[in-house]
Amino acid sequence: MSGVRVLAGTRKGAFVLTSDGKRRDWKVTGPFFAGWEIYHMKGSPVDSDRIYVSQTSGWFGQLLQRSDDGGKTWHQPGLPNEAIPPPGPPTALPNRFAYDTSAETGKPLTTHQWYDGTQHPWEFKRVWHLEPSLTDADTLYAGVEDAALFRSTDGGENWQELAGLRGHASGPKWSPGAGGMGLHTIILDPSNPERIFIAISSAGAFRTDDGGARWKPINRGLRSQYIPDPNAEVGHCVHHIAMHRARPGVLFMQKHWDVMRSDDAGDNWREVSGNLPTDFGFAIDVHAHEPETLYVVPIKSDSEHFPIDGALRVYRSRSGGEEWEPLTQGLPERNCYVNVLRDAMAVDTLDDCGIYFGTTGGQIYASADSGDSWAPIVRDLPAVLSVEVQTLR
Amino acid sequence: MPSIRVQIPYHLRTLAKVEGDVQLEVPGLVSIRAVLDALELRYPMLRGTIRDYSTGERRPFLRFFACREDLSLEPLDAPLPEAVAEGREPFLIIGAVAGG
Repeated sequence: MSGVRVLAGTRKGAFVLTSDGKRRDWKVTGPFFAGWEIYHMKGSPVDSDRIYVSQTSGWFGQLLQRSDDGGKTWHQPGLPNEAIPPPGPPTALPNRFAYDTSAETGKPLTTHQWYDGTQHPWEFKRVWHLEPSLTDADTLYAGVEDAALFRSTDGGENWQELAGLRGHASGPKWSPGAGGMGLHTIILDPSNPERIFIAISSAGAFRTDDGGARWKPINRGLRSQYIPDPNAEVGHCVHHIAMHRARPGVLFMQKHWDVMRSDDAGDNWREVSGNLPTDFGFAIDVHAHEPETLYVVPIKSDSEHFPIDGALRVYRSRSGGEEWEPLTQGLPERNCYVNVLRDAMAVDTLDDCGIYFGTTGGQIYASADSGDSWAPIVRDLPAVLSVEVQTLR
Repeated sequence: MPSIRVQIPYHLRTLAKVEGDVQLEVPGLVSIRAVLDALELRYPMLRGTIRDYSTGERRPFLRFFACREDLSLEPLDAPLPEAVAEGREPFLIIGAVAGG
């Protein structure tokens, strides 16, 4: 019996939504971690019972939570609930994300560019994105603000920075967007365990081909009018990147403005916005079984973060970009002024590919027919920050 | 050794799975640092939530009070009031109110 589990991170807690393969009737559980901001939660592709959660608060900082039973119970990794810890120094520090400042591992940078052009110290604020390993349930990556990439190999109990990224020569030029300097996208190449793609707002996209030791900017072809040199090596506000597992060399990007495509693993990009009514947006994803079918949610502009004319529409391209069709059936046609954030769209891998997205108005919409028709799973959650889907077989 | 009573914000009580005040044994001089160390030792899930991991500083939206006094800016190793050390008054960790 197949089914799906939708993991929704919101401004005020986490929710788990489950259904069978028909995806008509849904059970909603939560809120978990009520009152906390859940920037992201994602299940391990190796063990569907293993789910990692980024839990954060302006008052209490960053926490990391984990479930080993598919979301029924949660604990901070290495800190079992109820147990009185043994004497001695702690062996698990699951919410400690310390920037690497050791000389031995590459003299990482200590400052980046601030809004006013001056240099500013790197300051950890929160985890934006968690990406579990494709092969090991205890290994996962965390993208954080201020931008850096961390890795845990013990199920989230301890974290080490992959400092080569922040130590790239362009680091002093990285600067935050209005939402902060978050590392929000992490894509692991299923065909090459040494290759990882990441994206930072607003530094751009980067790739490593040696497991994270060295990184290169992959922003050639991006053009951003809001920076002094529109074709600069870094400084582009990449909103999200998506890849189809069967074609890891092809990437699709929703930039601040512009929908982009790369056919050479990010070395070169070309615009595929085509006939979109606006090419501003945040979310982008690829159909589970059709590598040339992709989805975006056009947003009016960077000054007005809501759909054009109050009509919420997903746009689908079946040709890898350029030619887009609006998907409207079941979506609000008027008076809708929500946003869909960068990590708030996902697909399942059932035969009839399901598409899901969450809104800042608290709705989570699902389509069980590749986007032809939509229906809300829930309507009144807190603002949705992230949506991930686990396909259960 | 008398128990020190510590009152922590709602979200930290939920995190630590406790109700009401926390009772702690604090060996030696009862200072803010000693109380926080004992709190984090007994409830390791609170590590980093009151003091920033990287700086060790009190988080900006939290304050420390006891005996109607704001102790937030007191030296961490200064002795807390006798009433706190003797368990008659709680040590309060209070979060800024959220509006809107």
